[in-house]
Amino acid sequence: MTKAIIIDDEPLARSIIKEYLQPYTNIVLAEECSDGFEGLKAIQQYQPDLIFLDIQMPKINGFEMLELVDNPPLVIFTTAFEEYAIKAFDAHAADYLLKPFSKERFDKAIQKMLLQKNNLAQVVTATALQAPAQSSRIVVKDNGKIKIIPLQQVHYIEAADDYVKIFTAEGSFLKKKTMQYFEDSLPQQEFIRIHRSYIVSAQLITRITPYEKESHIALLTTGAQLPVSKAGYSKLKTVLGI
Amino acid sequence: MAFKKNKNNTLKSGSLRKPAFLVFVAWWCLWTPLHISLLRHFDVGDTAAITDGVISTLFLAAMCGFIMNNMRYYLPKKEKYLYVLVMSFALSAIWLAILTMILKTIFKDNTAYLQFLQHTAVLRYAVGFLLIACNTLLSLLWHTQKEQQKENERRADTEKLARDAELNKLRQQLQPHFLFNSLNSISALTGQQPEKARHMIQQLSDFLRGTLRNEGQQWVSLKNEMEYLQLYLDIEKVRFGYRLQSKTDCDEAALQMLLPSMLLQPLVENAIKFGLYDTIGEVEILIAAKINSGMLEVTVQNPYDESTAMPMKGTGFGIASIRRRLFLIFGRQDLLQIKKEPEKFIVTISIPQMANENKGVQ
Repeated sequence: MTKAIIIDDEPLARSIIKEYLQPYTNIVLAEECSDGFEGLKAIQQYQPDLIFLDIQMPKINGFEMLELVDNPPLVIFTTAFEEYAIKAFDAHAADYLLKPFSKERFDKAIQKMLLQKNNLAQVVTATALQAPAQSSRIVVKDNGKIKIIPLQQVHYIEAADDYVKIFTAEGSFLKKKTMQYFEDSLPQQEFIRIHRSYIVSAQLITRITPYEKESHIALLTTGAQLPVSKAGYSKLKTVLGI
Repeated sequence: MAFKKNKNNTLKSGSLRKPAFLVFVAWWCLWTPLHISLLRHFDVGDTAAITDGVISTLFLAAMCGFIMNNMRYYLPKKEKYLYVLVMSFALSAIWLAILTMILKTIFKDNTAYLQFLQHTAVLRYAVGFLLIACNTLLSLLWHTQKEQQKENERRADTEKLARDAELNKLRQQLQPHFLFNSLNSISALTGQQPEKARHMIQQLSDFLRGTLRNEGQQWVSLKNEMEYLQLYLDIEKVRFGYRLQSKTDCDEAALQMLLPSMLLQPLVENAIKFGLYDTIGEVEILIAAKINSGMLEVTVQNPYDESTAMPMKGTGFGIASIRRRLFLIFGRQDLLQIKKEPEKFIVTISIPQMANENKGVQ
């Protein structure tokens, strides 16, 4: 038995999936949602095996929603945007349906999904390969609420075990991602990895003072002091043009 | 437009060439009696004076005609003035040689005249040289100027083509996603509500036909543009269901005013996208039009959330392209204004009403 959820902001787009799903008696539709917030709630509540996910949706898009799910189920993306396909497969997509899609194409996606369901290991390795695309904001969960942080508001990011801590004027937020992920996905002229455990917004740096041998301390306009490693210092020099 | 312009040009150059030719002929007609009367001062006899005058003028005119005609096919680019000098020297020498030969043959028994001919050779050469040089120089200037003019026209044509292409592109930035998503809605309706599906196909066809019909840069009345816009809104409403609402408020007088076709659709598309993807819940798009100090003023308003709107790059593009289009058409940067109120995003565009003869040109 497969439990499924549809997340799409267009009612007709949801209804065609429902229609195509009808012959599959072993797939149960647990819920349909019209945006990422409802989607998150439903995923928590029903723990589905499969979600049909639209990408362009109100407030947070399908990818951003997926980032907030701890153990994402299998995902079949349904969208009119061809250009997201690569990103979608990186985000452990079982398949990628281009709207409008036929019943035959839909059936193929279901077959593919069922194959993957029985062979989960393969999907998990795909997750590890996830190569993030450049983004202009970070979506986090804050006490069960979803918060969208525009990059302009990010002061710095600190490593914290399996998580990273994102520091803003409003405080810090945890997100289950690696430092490497942020180093790759943040714009490199604006955010610099100055240390194994720190990525900082370049425009906030006011002063860099030497500290011990070969290491430095960066002082931010916010008053925070962050360690700068030797490699980090040379990166800073190239970006800031010192 | 370009075609018409070219036609005008050929007409102009054709009608200019004719008077130039008449001036050329008239000049030599005047020059002949002058030459003859000058010769009569030297007592060579009337017959000799007239024969000499007519023949030398005729050949001189032929030389000038030859060089002028030659320049139509070969226009020196470098060393122009050296070319003029060398050509004039050579042609006047040829002219003098032929002239002396012919006159000597005709008047071989008139020793007085032959002596006179010998004496005046240098003078004749000088006069011939001056006339041919002047003529060559004039025609060089004339042809260079014409070439320059052609070059300018070509450049203007190229610029206009580039501008038209850009305008065309800006106008046709209909999102293919709109089409695919609409088709997906139709696909869903076909199974459940075939009548509605048929209706939506009709609307989509009408809308697309409108896009094709407005191929040329036309001006349409606001009334027309609003009807077209309604079609677009209706399709989007089928897609998004209850979430999308729209309200229009146009003054009766404003509906008769004119605007470049397809100007409002991207603006509304932008508002819908902005509204739908930036907020949760119902989205109401307001479209209002009125006349403000002689200009048609159209306002499109959508709800938005200030705190998250900033990073939306996609939406800025729609507005930027409309601003660019307005600039290309009117040459003004101030026709599109953006106003942000808490939860409201308002774009106002002002459209100057052009004089009648300019309509359709842009």
